[in-house]
Amino acid sequence: MDETALTPLDPAYARMLRLKFSVVALVLMAGATVAEIAIPGYTGYVWAPVGLFAAWLLIRMPMRRYSARGYTLAEERLRVVRGILFRKDTVVPFGRVQHIDVNQGPLERAYDLATLTVHTAGTHNASVSLPGLAQEDAMAMREEIRAAIRRDTQ
Amino acid sequence: MNEEGPDKGRRTDPRTFAVKAATMLARLVVPIALASATILDKGEIGDLALYFLPFVLVAIAASFAIAYLRWTRFTYAVRESDIRVESGILSRSARSVPYERIQDVSLEQKFLPRLFGLTEVKFETGAGGGDDLKLTFLSEGEGERLRELVRARRDGKPDAPEAVEIDEAPSQTLFAMNPRRVLTFGLFEFSLAVVAVAFGAAQQFDFLLPFEIWDVREWRETLSVPGHWLGELGFAAQVIAATLATISLLLVGTVTGVVRTALREWDFRLERTEKGLRRRRGMFTRTDVVMPVHRVQALKLKTGIVRRLFGWHGLSVVSLASDSASANHEAAPFAQMDEIAPIVATTGFELPAKGLAWEHRSKEASIDGALIDFGILAAIAIPVAIFSPWWWSALLPLGAGVLSAMRHYYLYRFDRHAIADAHLFSRHGWLAPKLTIGSRSKLQSVEIVQGPLARRRGYAKLALGLAGGDFTIEAMEIGHARKWRSAILESIAATDFSELSGPVPGLESSGAQVDPVGVPAEGRLDI
Repeated sequence: MDETALTPLDPAYARMLRLKFSVVALVLMAGATVAEIAIPGYTGYVWAPVGLFAAWLLIRMPMRRYSARGYTLAEERLRVVRGILFRKDTVVPFGRVQHIDVNQGPLERAYDLATLTVHTAGTHNASVSLPGLAQEDAMAMREEIRAAIRRDTQ
Repeated sequence: MNEEGPDKGRRTDPRTFAVKAATMLARLVVPIALASATILDKGEIGDLALYFLPFVLVAIAASFAIAYLRWTRFTYAVRESDIRVESGILSRSARSVPYERIQDVSLEQKFLPRLFGLTEVKFETGAGGGDDLKLTFLSEGEGERLRELVRARRDGKPDAPEAVEIDEAPSQTLFAMNPRRVLTFGLFEFSLAVVAVAFGAAQQFDFLLPFEIWDVREWRETLSVPGHWLGELGFAAQVIAATLATISLLLVGTVTGVVRTALREWDFRLERTEKGLRRRRGMFTRTDVVMPVHRVQALKLKTGIVRRLFGWHGLSVVSLASDSASANHEAAPFAQMDEIAPIVATTGFELPAKGLAWEHRSKEASIDGALIDFGILAAIAIPVAIFSPWWWSALLPLGAGVLSAMRHYYLYRFDRHAIADAHLFSRHGWLAPKLTIGSRSKLQSVEIVQGPLARRRGYAKLALGLAGGDFTIEAMEIGHARKWRSAILESIAATDFSELSGPVPGLESSGAQVDPVGVPAEGRLDI
């Protein structure tokens, strides 16, 4: 099952991340500006590195995070892969799902995205979240998992 | 409960009030004693006492009144499908717990309630976070009756209040500890922490001592006074004194270990009853816990640095409703392997068989771990060697680095894991190794975690979702981890969760009807 290709998240997720990071970048730049004003003479010693970091945050980071994540929904299992440095590869069989949440934050709503969270009885991985799904996809996945659970219990 | 009708709430035992008042008084004694000690220090007791006494009395009376009101407004009702509790003086709250959600009912008798013949009844719902429903306190008989009733209701029998009387009959003792065993156990429970606390307490309460214990100068002066007996005895005597001090500290540690263990484990007995494993223990606080066999998720077998030389092990159970207190589910805290084997068989798990194909920890992971640990500590040693006035103090971090590298080698040699037809085994640890026995189907999720180094070098951490506990295998070879994952997922797919959480006939028989004595001797494992 490791060989099966992962389904990528909705491309809008990368755009949403970029918007999210741009807020962080703005705050950082504001801090850098204050520091520049506090230091006599415009040296650029703070601006330059912070500016570089902000640019990396806006250009490179969203795509890296977007491409690091993925999922598969097959064989009655939900597999969620995430992490750039530390790769986490989690599989939750439908038969072990306790309940399912579909959440939408304000930013996610603007991009018509949703986060699917499945809860298990385990202490480790008590809840596994999968962000960056299109709203309809998340709903459809929830229905699929729910139908599978009902089929198994009866 | 039938004579009162199902919906009528009843109060807890009236003696509850006496117990609560006594506990409250005991709790008040300490702050009052401390406060008066401070006041005494200033030497103006007479006036101050006159001012404060009314306040203290009013505070005590008020808390008594509140306790009484609270008792009158706390009612519980045993109903057709749930247990309902109503409480609160100003704001009323009503809570209903359906029988299906009650994992277990546990009874606990602390020292004071025990004097009054009362018991605390706790309904474990597995909610976690200590949010379980508690009834404090009921009479012992009422507690037993409630427990039997809840179990009968939950298992679908409509009403069986008579079950209380026949409860004791069909039980079989699996493991018990006589006083001698408890004392031996206590000797191994020697704790350095207690010694440290005693040391700290001596420092904290030195004002109670007639001399300044920490004033080195004063000591030196006292000792150097001509004719002082200690000073005259010379160096040898000082060595003897230091030895005596060490011995007395060790003695304190040993005695506390023995006393603590005896208080907790006195008259320990584990029985196999119709409902599961029933454990009773304790000298003053006597606890009575039933662990339903079908709710056992995994077993943990642990030992200690010294006690493993004598073959002593402790077996504890990871259960669906046990996330509130980790130390609460010891099935046999101090036993030899041949005593543990029948308990393991009763729970439906198995000890690793002789011919099991054990897999080792990844070699790459061990090398990386040893190099990283040693590297960090060696890096610390360099500035220490340069800046410290004594160059040899750099040997300290260096030695720790060597020790840590040795540990990694040892872990590589002795850490191992194996997968059998129905169970998983993982042995981990350096000086006091621990064996976790899991079931392939009683797992909730499987996760493979790889850091940047692990990805390059081909190893991974396998984290298994275990209800009520933790089951993680570090530094597996990635191939093994993947193999385990697909094997576990296959086993999980074969059983639905609802079959794990409830007493299903098919599942129950796999665990309950194993002949406890029929464990082959070669099925044992020496760890």
